[in-house]
This record gives sequence, structure tokens and C-alpha cells, in this order.
Amino acid sequence: MELSDNRVIAAPRSKVWDALLSAEVLKDCVPGCQEMTGSVEDGFEATVVQKVGPVKATFKGAVTLSDLVALERVKLSGEGKGGAAGFAKGSADVSLADAPEGTLLTYNVDARVGGKLAQLGGRVIDGVARKLADQFFENFQNAVEPQPAPEAETSDEGEGTEEKKGWFKRVLGD
Amino acid sequence: MPKDSGIGASSKRREDVRFLTGAGNYTDDINVHGQAYVHFLRSDIAHGRIKSVDTSAAEAMPGVVRVFTGKDFEGVGGMPCGWEVTDKHGAPMQEPPHPILAQGKVRHVGDPIAAIVADSLEQARDAAEAIDLDIEELPAVIDMKAAAQDDATLVHDDLKNNICYDWQLGETDDAKVDEVFANAAHVTTLDLVNNRLVANPMEPRVAVGEYKRGTDEYTLFTTSQNPHVIRLLMCAFVLGLPEHKVRVVAPDVGGGFGTKIFHYAEEAFCTFAAKACGRPVKWTSSRSEAFMSDAHGRDHVSKIELALDADNNFIGLRTNTYANLGAYLSTFSSSVPTWLHGTLMAGNYKTPVIQVNVKAMFTNTVPVDAYRGAGRPEATFQLERVVDKAARELGLDPIALRRQNFVTQFPYDTPVALTYDTGDYNGTMDKLEAAADLAGFAARKAESEANGKLRGLGINCYIEACGIAPSNIVGMLGARAGLYDAATVRVNATGSISVMVGAHSHGQGHETAFPQVVADMIGIDESMIEIVHGDTSKIPFGMGTYGSRSLAVCGSAMVKATEKVIEKAKKIAAHLLEASEADIELKDGQFSVAGTDKSVAWGDVTLTAYVPHNYPLEVEPGLEETAFYDPANFTFPAGAYACEVEVDPDTGQVSIEKFTAADDFGNIINPMIVDGQVHGGIGQGIGQALLENCAYDENGQLLSASYMDYAMPRADDVPFYGVDHSSQTPCTHNPLGVKGCGEAGAIGSPPAVVNAVLDALNSGGKAVDHIDMPVSPSRVWAAMNS
Repeated sequence: MELSDNRVIAAPRSKVWDALLSAEVLKDCVPGCQEMTGSVEDGFEATVVQKVGPVKATFKGAVTLSDLVALERVKLSGEGKGGAAGFAKGSADVSLADAPEGTLLTYNVDARVGGKLAQLGGRVIDGVARKLADQFFENFQNAVEPQPAPEAETSDEGEGTEEKKGWFKRVLGD
Repeated sequence: MPKDSGIGASSKRREDVRFLTGAGNYTDDINVHGQAYVHFLRSDIAHGRIKSVDTSAAEAMPGVVRVFTGKDFEGVGGMPCGWEVTDKHGAPMQEPPHPILAQGKVRHVGDPIAAIVADSLEQARDAAEAIDLDIEELPAVIDMKAAAQDDATLVHDDLKNNICYDWQLGETDDAKVDEVFANAAHVTTLDLVNNRLVANPMEPRVAVGEYKRGTDEYTLFTTSQNPHVIRLLMCAFVLGLPEHKVRVVAPDVGGGFGTKIFHYAEEAFCTFAAKACGRPVKWTSSRSEAFMSDAHGRDHVSKIELALDADNNFIGLRTNTYANLGAYLSTFSSSVPTWLHGTLMAGNYKTPVIQVNVKAMFTNTVPVDAYRGAGRPEATFQLERVVDKAARELGLDPIALRRQNFVTQFPYDTPVALTYDTGDYNGTMDKLEAAADLAGFAARKAESEANGKLRGLGINCYIEACGIAPSNIVGMLGARAGLYDAATVRVNATGSISVMVGAHSHGQGHETAFPQVVADMIGIDESMIEIVHGDTSKIPFGMGTYGSRSLAVCGSAMVKATEKVIEKAKKIAAHLLEASEADIELKDGQFSVAGTDKSVAWGDVTLTAYVPHNYPLEVEPGLEETAFYDPANFTFPAGAYACEVEVDPDTGQVSIEKFTAADDFGNIINPMIVDGQVHGGIGQGIGQALLENCAYDENGQLLSASYMDYAMPRADDVPFYGVDHSSQTPCTHNPLGVKGCGEAGAIGSPPAVVNAVLDALNSGGKAVDHIDMPVSPSRVWAAMNS
């Protein structure tokens, strides 16, 4: 499956770029990531625990970086093997551009799964992939943007309420 | 008045007592002392080159006995294909090797790469995770039309392309066919898909291999429909073992539907590994494993064209089909899209010119082979859909159009190689019209409409060819096996009888129906007769159960053997009664001298056969006879089905409101068992029509490998069926006059359902030509709203 989206990150391009190539930042941002080691040159080794439909598995795999143009774009490709659960592989083309509020991050993700994951989770895989991509970039945005004010909890609650309102509004048809 | 025993009686299925009370003995119930368990590491990609398989870490895991890879089987044969099809240019089909464990490449998701034998199944599974695979992924070949292109990736590198054969049947002169179509008053064309199915018997496959060093003997317990065929194929073609040292046992088998005909790699593996490991080896398929290792069914993409003259007579038929064979040739896969499909394209109609074209394709999918109906449902679906579409286009009554074109003179030589010996298609249609109350359809439709539903009536006719034979003809057509069957009737001293049969019963009720025949012939109680099947060490060499053949072929052998027994028993009776053999009559279990009151009972004669004190010197002691029976022709069951559906115009949901089957099975031994067979077949046909679909993505990942994604029909998806088999034209060439009933329901029902849905939509003002199966709510809704 393929999915693409973009989001504006309130941080300068150099900061976004550095974060994108940091094993530590990636570890915090990849949903379910237990371990992430390595470097831009040698690629990263990752251990990720994920659940797709009824299949929960630990994926071990490598992530390589290619087509790298500093501050502009990079392609992250990876394959995770989950043993009896099958495998997941994919790539993300990420590009950066200046935006009035900071940096515009655009991504095209091509992901696929195989083995038991496809057999049992095929039905839900599109939704799961979209959710994981959203989560990753959400996490990434949070990691790169300036830390929120101390009253984070209140603001979280506020966001929740807003989301609920939005949901009610949709159901009720405006 | 219905009979209460013998031929024609609805005797209760005696085997059901053990099946329904948990007393069955299935292969998984068999555990041999000291057995180890095998787990197969299967490919999770569709196509790839094996660069290395490192098993060293796995071999060091706890409990591991041995790890096998493709290398361990380089010295033995591969899985054989039982039918060589010759293509239309006279060349033999392309026949790639099919190793027990993958060698060089993996070719479908589920292709076994390594086999881990361990003390426990859990240990074997754990060790599988420690196998280090280096497989270079290759592009997957999934779409059949793309697979046929010259630049397509090759599933088998050694073949010239992915086309197993390009086959043709019927009119070979293309110009003549073109001319028929050019001169037609009307041509109806239809493109359609016969959806890929997974048989899903309730019992998954199991194999237990055992080797006795002391006697150098092997035993394979397996879930098979034909143990002798498995023994022959495994011994002669795969492992090179002497048949007399190998016993194959198929005990109670929980449903086959064709998928347990074939010789599978796991069977050969367990037999081989039992000796190699010095321990019995057991494999039990999981349901997920079954989805990617049991042979699949159907999967045809077809274009069919029907030419009619100005008077609506069918004057020509042409089909072009792509048939998916999957990654390897399964045992009978090559015969299904050809001799079991092309030969049926005449259907019930006297179309004079027919041309059938089939390209059989290798793809990176699970092998495809026979599934209940095997080729005949694919033929019937095309033909009956195009006839229905023609009737709609011409504004004709679909029943009248069919009746007008029915074959009415028998025997009838079709343009596609068959000779129908007998039938009465108009008579069967009369039965259907009455049984289905077609006169009342308009009122039922009005009632549905009052409830906001669209109601449709779908009609379908089918003919099938069962009891495939005779051996000399099928041999010329490429079969690598005989298609006779065998039975041994062993009369015991006290008069009870064991009948050892080559047919295998796995739901068909042979243990009940076969004794009814013998009981009727001798005039004794059915309970005195027992059927023995499924063990090569007990039964004569018969070909097993498939193609609705058991009663027509094996039952005929049983009749012949029983006749021999009676003939000999009469000699003994004549001696005891001091009469001439010619004057001896057998009735109600008594031998009597014609025109006198002298008689001797069955039991006295059988005891005399084994205690031959007062005995004719020229007659051998004992009372046991064997007969082999090779039929002179196929049998041709035929029928007419009517399906009524309601379609919800808002959601596209289809519900089957009424389903009536009128079948001509010739003579019937047990009407209740026949009803049950028809019910089951229709249930599976409705499953195909509305629910079931085996789906692959473009990378060859199997997406429907569990019951969350593969929709099996449930009780509330099917109606109460009306079944009428009072139209009976007995088969002209077997001694029982029987034709076979096992597959009819699965052949006749899918087009009836689809025709009904299209009638509902079109009569409800939605012009829709065709919807591919499964006719799911989303497809119906999309068709209605396109």
C-alpha cells in the first residue's frame, strides 16, 4: 500500500534534518520501537513490537538510508522479520522544504506485509499502516518542536474535548 | 410405498452414530509409540531464489531430532502429475519438477522450505524460527493474462513460458467457427471469473509415517480419499519403495471435497522421515497451513460467446479460458480445465458447433486442483450464464429458450467428445417447475416488493459426467492411471459379509448404502454386511472416491463380486438340496429348488462352504470373490435448479429465499443419503456464489487465510432446500443403473444463484449484465449504482 501526506513542523530545517537521522529520535518516534542502534552511514538496526489485527510480533530488521541530499530529502528503507508472524517491509521518501511556520515535511510511504500478517491482518493493514505513519510523524513533530508549556496535561485534555466535539459534529451532520 | 431396507430404502446412516458421538477414528487420533512431530517452515513470500538455508542453529535447539531441506530429497522423485495433457499443437504439456521441499526457488506463499522434526511440536516450531534463510525476492506472477505475456517473469526458469498448455477441444477449424458467428442472427458474449476457492474440509490434513526396521515395512496413516493411489504414486514415483512393503491407511476422514485426492508432499515426507529419523513422524496441518498448502479450486477467467439463429436455436459456442494451475502441477490439476471442463461445454443443449480454448497458467500461487465438481462447475457457470444473458437480450423466457435447445434424442454425441447415454431434460424441467412452484413466483415477487425487496428467479440446467472411464479411452487422453474400481465380497462362515471396497467413504455414507445393495441381492438383513475401506492391506486395488464415482464404479464391482458369490453359493445349495444348479433360486436369503418346497438357508450354505463335509468335490471351499469393474462410459447425471433471491435495494444484500433442485441421478439406492449429498453440494455452491473468495494481493500474499477473511457459508446463509429426484433415467451401462450424486449440487447451484440476482436487479429496473462471484453486497450495490 502507498500513502503520502505532509505536515508543517515548527522548527528550522536543520533541526528537523538532524532529528530525522538520529537513531535516538527515531527510536522514540517509531511506534513500538524497543531498540534502535546504528548510524546514517551503516544504517540502523531496529527491534519493533507491533500488533496487526490478531497478530502481535517482534520484528527485527535493518533500516538503510539512501538518496540522501542534506537538508532536502532522504529515503528510509527497511524490512522487519517477525518469524512465524511474517514480515513487514517498506520505504519512506521524506523531503523537507521551508515553510512560513518552520519546515514542511512531505512523505510518501510504500509498505507491505507478508506471511501470517498478510493472511490474518490483510483486511486491516491499510488502516494500521496509516495509523502507524500518523503516529510516527506525530511523535516526530513532538520530538522536534519546542517542548510544550508545563500545563501540558490541561492542554491534552483540551485537545481531547475538541476531538470529541469534532466527532459529535460529524455524526450530527454539522 | 417406501421400502424399509435394501435398494430404495432411506436406511439411517450407520456411520453417523460414531461420528456424532465422538467415537470416530481420524488420522489425528492415531499416535504411534515414540513418534516425533514435524513442523514445516513455509515460504512467506510468493517467489524467490533460495541463496542459503542455514539450519545449524535450529539443529542445536532442544528436542530437535533432525532438520530437512530440499537437499535431503535430491535423490528421490518429485510429486507426480497424474494426467498428461497434449496441447493443440500436439506437444505435451510443460511439466516442471515439484520437489517435496523447495529446491532452488520458492514459488508460492506456503511452499515448504525446511522440515523440522522434534520431540514435540512446540520444539519444532521454536526451532523453525532459528533457521536462517537467505532468499532473494523475485517479482510475483499472479495475474494469469500478464503471466501469459512473452516478457513475463518465469515461475519455472527451465520452462519456455508460464503456459502449461494451450489446449483446444471441439471444432478445430477457426474459420468455420468464425463463419457460424458471422451468420448468426444474435450473438451473446460474456466475460466472467470463476472465483478461486479453498475446500476447507472440517478435518485438516494429517499424516503419520512409521517404519519398522525389523521387517523393513512402512505404514502411512493419512487423510486421503484414495489410499491405493497414494501408495502407488508415493512408492513408484516419489520415494522408490516396493509397494508390498508399504501400507497406506486412510481411516475416518472428515470431509474431502476433492482436496484429499491428491498425493501431497507432507505424506511422502513423513514416510521418508520415519526411516531417516528412526522414529514415527506425525504432521497435523493447522487451519492457517491448510489455506496455503491444500490444493485450491476453480480460478478460471473466461470469455464465452453464444451464437443463435433467427429462431433462437443455439448454432455455435466458443470459449476462451485462462485456468490457474498455481505454482506446481498437483496430482490431477491438468485434467480439470481440460477433460473435466471442455467436454462439458455442450451442457444439456444440441449446439452443433463448439470450440473450447484453454490456456493453463503457472502462477506464484498455491496449486489448484479438483474441488467438488472439478471443471464441471466452471463449464456450467459459463454456459448457463451466457444462456441466461441471451434470453434477457432477446426478451425470451429463460426456461423456454433452454427447452427449445435441449438434447432430446439419446444416445447423443456431443461436439466435445462425449456420448450422453440417456437423459430426459424436459421431464426433469417439468419436475422442477412443479417442485419449485414456479407458477406461484409472481405472487411471491409481489409480496417481496411490498416489503421493499427486489425478488428474482434464477434457472439453471446442468449435466455432469461422473465415474470417469473407461480406462483405455482416458489413457488415450493422457490419464496415467486406470479408472476402474474393485471390491472383494468375503462371506463369513456364519453368513455375515465383509465387503472390501476400493472406494473411500468420507461423508458419502458408503457404509450404509453399499450394504443395502448386497442385502437386496441376497435377501438378508443389511446389518449382516460390513464395508471395509481405507486400508491398502485389507482392500483390493481400487482408485478411491472422487468424481461422484463410488457407487457407479465401485458399487458395480461390488455387484459383480456378489453375483460371483451367489453363483458359487448356488452350486453348494444345489449339492445340499440334491438338485440341479439351474433349478436353484435365491430369494429372501433362502435357496430353493424351483417348483418345490425344498430349501436351504443362506447361513447353512455359507457354513457348508467353510465346513465342507457334505460338499461338491469340484467346488473350492470358501466363499469369497473379487471383481474389478471398468465402466464402458461416463455416467451423465443432469438436473434443473431454481433459485429465488431477495435483494435489498439499499444495501445490495442478497438472501436466498427458496432453492429447488430437480435431479436425474438414475436409480437411487438410499434417497435420504442422496438428499443429503444434494443439500451439501448446494450449500457449497451457495458459498461460492455469495461468500467464498480466495484472494491474493499483487505481490502474491494470500490475504484470505483464515475464517475472518474467507467466508464459509453458515446455517443462516442457506434456505431449506426442495429436492426432487423422481426424474430417473437409469444409466444404461452399469448394473445398478446409477449415475452419481455427490457433486451435482455444487455444479448446479452457483449459476442459479447469480441468474436469480440478475433477474432481481433487471426486473427491478437496474440494467446489470453480470456480477462476478462472490455476489457480495458491495458488488451488488456497485452494480446497481454504476
